[in-house]
Amino acid sequence: MPDMSVPAVEMRGIVKRFPGVLANDHVDLTVRAGEIHALLGENGAGKTTLMNILYGIYHPDEGEIFVKGQRAHIRSPRDAIRLGIGMVHQQFRLVPSHTVAENVVLGLPGNFFFPERAARERLQEFARRYGLHVDPDARIWQLSAGEQQRVEIIKALYRGADILILDEPTSMLTPREIEELMATVRRMADDGQTVIFITHKLDEVFAVSDRVTVLRQGKVVATLETARTDKRELARLMVGRDVLFRLEKRPVAIGPTVLEVQNLHVRSDRGLPAVRGVSFSLAAGEILGIAGVAGNGQRELAEALAGLRPVEKGRVLLNGEDVTNRPPRALVRRGVCYVPGERLVGTVPNLSVAENLILKTYDQAPVCRGIFLDSRAIASHADALIEQYAVATPSRETPLKLLSGGNIQRAILARETSGAPGLLIAAHPTSGLDVGATEYIRQVLLSQREKGTAVLLVSEDLEEILQLSDRVAVMYNGEIMGILPADRADLETIGMMMAGIHRTEPEVA
Amino acid sequence: MSIWAYIFSVLQAAIPAGTPLLYGTLGEVTAERSGVVNLGVEGMMIMGAVTAFGVAQATGNAFLAIAAAALVGGLLALIHAFASITLRVNQVVSGLALTMLGQGISGMMGKRFIGMPPRVQLKPVPIPGLSDLPVLGPLLFQHDLLVYIGLLMVPVLWFLFYRTRWGINLRSVGESPATADAMGVNVFQVRYLAVFFGGLMAGIGGAYLSIVYAPAWIEGMTAGIGWIVIALTIFAMWDPVRGLLGAYLFGSVRVLQYRLQGLGISPPLLNMLPFILTILVLMFSAGEAMRKRLGAPAALMQPYTREER
Repeated sequence: MPDMSVPAVEMRGIVKRFPGVLANDHVDLTVRAGEIHALLGENGAGKTTLMNILYGIYHPDEGEIFVKGQRAHIRSPRDAIRLGIGMVHQQFRLVPSHTVAENVVLGLPGNFFFPERAARERLQEFARRYGLHVDPDARIWQLSAGEQQRVEIIKALYRGADILILDEPTSMLTPREIEELMATVRRMADDGQTVIFITHKLDEVFAVSDRVTVLRQGKVVATLETARTDKRELARLMVGRDVLFRLEKRPVAIGPTVLEVQNLHVRSDRGLPAVRGVSFSLAAGEILGIAGVAGNGQRELAEALAGLRPVEKGRVLLNGEDVTNRPPRALVRRGVCYVPGERLVGTVPNLSVAENLILKTYDQAPVCRGIFLDSRAIASHADALIEQYAVATPSRETPLKLLSGGNIQRAILARETSGAPGLLIAAHPTSGLDVGATEYIRQVLLSQREKGTAVLLVSEDLEEILQLSDRVAVMYNGEIMGILPADRADLETIGMMMAGIHRTEPEVA
Repeated sequence: MSIWAYIFSVLQAAIPAGTPLLYGTLGEVTAERSGVVNLGVEGMMIMGAVTAFGVAQATGNAFLAIAAAALVGGLLALIHAFASITLRVNQVVSGLALTMLGQGISGMMGKRFIGMPPRVQLKPVPIPGLSDLPVLGPLLFQHDLLVYIGLLMVPVLWFLFYRTRWGINLRSVGESPATADAMGVNVFQVRYLAVFFGGLMAGIGGAYLSIVYAPAWIEGMTAGIGWIVIALTIFAMWDPVRGLLGAYLFGSVRVLQYRLQGLGISPPLLNMLPFILTILVLMFSAGEAMRKRLGAPAALMQPYTREER
């Protein structure tokens, strides 16, 4: 057992500057040995930066770090590992084509030969102690996100970590997997492990942590005992103002059918069937939520509907017209808008904000005059949208890639929804965004619905799906497990369908 | 001559004919496993060939000649490594430059060797016991030393790739350098070593051409073998064992190229055979989707940098 009187980690006056941004501004953080310490904050608040400093990926410009009472100079992850610090990144650092065991021993010093038996024994021990069960011979790409995360945790423990940093560990998991993770984290803390849990979700803070430190704009706002605070206070500390937890969803008259998908089959990048016989319809003024764990065909479905991926079999009807396998431009002209899951896919990062805002309309008046672009029209178009959608950018000429994720997403939404979309396909529109930006983007989606747009919302965030959708479809393994009206959909039913267990008869739309 | 005897004689000749391909392929497989394509194989081979011939003429020592060829191939590969790993230049451009450099320098250096009779030659070394086996004996065990070493390298590399930490590090660097880096593997070091090894092997392949297979110096004597190696690496799906099969298969085609002339088939048409096969392999495997399915290292041709923001 570690000495409980000495803090496991103490960071004092940490300052980290990136070009144009003060990511950490004199941050003080004390993490007690054996506690679960939540690090709460919006995106861009500096949580991950701070932990990357502790893990040796970034180097602080100022400040001191003490680990277990000793002054530490952490120059690389190797130094951090030696001090017993392990980190599980939000994007897993795993080699997909290799086995679990190969991933676990990667980079370890020591014998020349692959330490097969030792790896097996240690993996069994972790399974017994913390419930971290994984098959050592399975290949990473065969595993679910939850299992991959277990491999990441095992990797850290295998290297002797007793201070474990989890960076937004629930963002890729099903509700069931989240419960398992929370149980594992608690077992580790009971066993004397110190856990730092980065999150922007308030529920998780209360579900798992002993204490919580709130960061806002690179500064520590407060460190509190979790038991002595509440959701409202934390939200206010995190955002800096009171937050609405309920969005108002006004009843909207459902219009004519806009999109009809019939028995759609689409293949993945690897050429494997990804969407297998999906059918649904979507009407004007309606939000259809597509729930499911990442990688169950949602991406391929959205791309096929946006004209970016060939349809192998089946039909897509837009306002009654067959648009199967029509090029994206033809779809854009018919009012299809697409907000892709990966933010930088929907933009040209090196072009300016203004240029990104005209990517869809560059060949139409008033932006385009003959073979020339009208720079004044572009500027006024950009200024209007930047104002209307409250995009925080130094200027319209700033390269888009320099904006924060939330502001890039605002710019994409501005471009996509400022015309008169008939069909809006939004894939993970709020993933990785902070509370403020999320709230705003959800409001944009709802206002589109009120204007009579048909909205297809693909999301892994169940809360979001339930909050916004009129109907909820659940995808599993390329198929739709069922479509439920939102008032009959609850977390439990959907969670089961996401795991492919429960299947209701698709209702006739 | 019965048809079986004919096939047997083709196969027997295919092994030496395929040996330079085997060395080149094993080297390129290793380099590509680390994520670096080296299109300079042709250039490294021809430099290996001219170096080996020159050193053999000067010293009369075949082994010194082979070692020098390997070293020259390795040094050339380091130019590519520096350009593509450290400077992060486009790997295709750097590799092509290497090939042209090798062809130019070898032509210049080799002028005085043209038409010279070879001073040394590697003699076949039948392996006692094994060489007396029926069929297999004459097929596999009555060759020169470099054939045996090439054959032996196949299981050795296979074992290194799949059963040692080195192999895990190498393959991880080619699949996901960021992951390997985060786990404390020195990505740059691994890539440099893999590319250097590729150069050594290409150099030996070249030496085999000029002091064993030909044996003579003829300008441009690699005649596209280096390019076939690039295709073979894909054909082999980045696996040493399949690389062996591929090398001997292309070796057979090279043998048939001469044998079939006796049947009255036009020689230029036959000369096209290996390249037609190469084009077929590349056509079959060119697409991004197909490469993924074949199991190309995921980070192939991607330079690696750390702190990206």
